[in-house]
Amino acid sequence: MFWINVKRIIRTGFFNFWRNGTVSLASVLIMVVTLTVVGSLLFSGAILNTSLNELRNKVDVNVTFITTAPEEDILNIKNSLESLPEVSQVVYTSREEALEAFKNRHQNDQSILAALDELGENPLGATLAVKAKDPSQYQSIAEFLEGGSALSPSVTSIVDRINYFQNKTAIDKLTSIIDSANRLGLAVALFFAVISIIIAFNTVRLTIYIARDEISVMRLVGASTSYIQGPFVVVGVIYGLVAGLLTLLLFLPITYWLGKATQNFFIGLNIFSYYLHNFLQIFLIIIGAGIILGAVSSALAIRKYLKV
Amino acid sequence: MIFFDRVTKIYPENSVAVEDATFSIEPKEFVSIVGQSGAGKTTLLKLFLAEEHPTEGRVFYESTDIHQLGKSEMNAFRRKVGMVFQDFRLLANKTVYENIAFTMEASGKSEEEIQSDVPHVLELVDLGDKLWSFPHELSGGEKQRVAIARALVNQPDIIIADEPTGNLDPVNADDVIQILKKINDFGTTVILTTHNKGIIDGLGKRVIAMENGRIIRDDKQGKYFI
Repeated sequence: MFWINVKRIIRTGFFNFWRNGTVSLASVLIMVVTLTVVGSLLFSGAILNTSLNELRNKVDVNVTFITTAPEEDILNIKNSLESLPEVSQVVYTSREEALEAFKNRHQNDQSILAALDELGENPLGATLAVKAKDPSQYQSIAEFLEGGSALSPSVTSIVDRINYFQNKTAIDKLTSIIDSANRLGLAVALFFAVISIIIAFNTVRLTIYIARDEISVMRLVGASTSYIQGPFVVVGVIYGLVAGLLTLLLFLPITYWLGKATQNFFIGLNIFSYYLHNFLQIFLIIIGAGIILGAVSSALAIRKYLKV
Repeated sequence: MIFFDRVTKIYPENSVAVEDATFSIEPKEFVSIVGQSGAGKTTLLKLFLAEEHPTEGRVFYESTDIHQLGKSEMNAFRRKVGMVFQDFRLLANKTVYENIAFTMEASGKSEEEIQSDVPHVLELVDLGDKLWSFPHELSGGEKQRVAIARALVNQPDIIIADEPTGNLDPVNADDVIQILKKINDFGTTVILTTHNKGIIDGLGKRVIAMENGRIIRDDKQGKYFI
C-alpha cells in the first residue's frame, strides 16, 4: 500500500511537471538564477581565499647585512635561523648574486648602471630571506633577529636592516583590505542569495496557488494530506534537480570564459580548473540546494490550501 | 442515516446562512433541497461535508457527529460521499480517465480495480469514448457526467449534487437528472439542490424547501413552489 502510494505520487509529480510546461519552465529558470547566485558565492569564496593565502605566502623577512659582513658569520646566522621551529626556509643571497640580480633588473636603465660603475665597488649587502611556516610567526622571527638573543653580540652589528617592520604595515593593510573585501563580497552575495531564494519560493507558491481549486477538490474526494502534498513536493524536487543541472552546465562556459581573467588578476587561481577539480563538491552543493529549495517551498506553500 | 439537529450557521458579520435546521434523511432516499439563491442550500451541504462548521447544533452521519471526526476519519467519511458541483470541479490537467482514477487512488484502490472500474463507470454515464480527453475538450454536459462518474466510482453511500444542472441546457440537465435517478434506483442516497422548477416537478420525490436559511416545507412527494 505504502509503495503503491509512493509510486503514484512520484508518477503524478512527473506528469504535473510535464503538463504544466510553461509554469515549470518559469520556475526552473528562476531557480537557475538562485542557484547561480549560490554557485557564485562558492567561486568568489574560493578566489578570495586563494588570493589571501597566496599573498600570505609572498610575505617573508629579508635580513640585509652590511657590505663588510664576513660570509662565514652570515652562514652561521642562517644555520641558527634554520634551527628555529617557526622557520620553514632560509635563502641566502651573496653580495655578488645580489649585484647580478640588480643589474639584470635594471639592464635597460643606463643611468643606474652608469652610477653603479661610478661607485666602483659593490654597494649591496648579502641578504637572508626567511620564510615562516605561518604568517603570524614573522613577528617573533623578526624580534629574534633584532634582539640577537641566541646569537653572539657581534651579530647584531653586522645586520644592516630587517625589512619586516617596513613591510608589516603594508602586509597588514593588504590583509585587512582582502579580509573586508571578502566580508563585503560575502554579505552582498548572501543578500542576493536571500532575495533570489524568496523569489524562487514565491514562484513555487504561485504554481500551487494556481492549483488551489484542485487541491480543495482532492480534499473533498477524501484524499489524505500526504497524498495531495506528495506530487507537489515531487514537482518541487524536479524543479530543483533540473535547475541544478542547468546551472552546473551554465557554469562550464562561464568559468571557462572567466578562467584566464581570474588567473591573471587573482594570484594563480584558474576558476575553470577549480570548477573541474571540485566538481563533485560543487555538484552536490548546487543540486542539494536546488532540491531542498524546491521541496521545502512546495511543502510550505501547499499547507495553506490543505485546511479544508 | 443523516440527521441535522437544530443546526445554525452564522457567518462573520452576523449573516445567518442556516437557522435552526432539523431534518433527517433515510437510506435510499432521493431528497431535493430547493430555494432561491442565498436560501442556504449550499451552506447546508458544506455543513454536511465539514467544509464549514456549525455555529450551533450538530450533524450526524449514522451515529457519529461528523464535526468531531479526526483527519483520517474525515477522509474515510468523505470517501463514502460522492460530490457533484455546479461548476464541475474536474482536475484541469488530468484526463477524464485520470480524474476518476485519482479518486480511486486516493482511497487506496489497486491498479487492477482502477483499470477495470474506470471504463465501466464511464460507460454508465455514456462517455466510454472520452477516456483520454482533457476537461477543456468536453462540453458542459459531458463534464458534468464525468463529475458524476467520479462521484460514483467509489460506490459511495450518498451522492450530493449541488446545483448540478445550473450550468447546463435543458436537454443536458435532463440527462444528468436521469443518471441521478438511475443511481438512486440502484440504492444510493441522493441529495440534490436546485432552483429549477421543471426538474423538481418531474421527479415526484421528497422536497425540502428553504427560505432565508430556514426550512419552510418538507414534503414527501413535493412540488416546487415557494
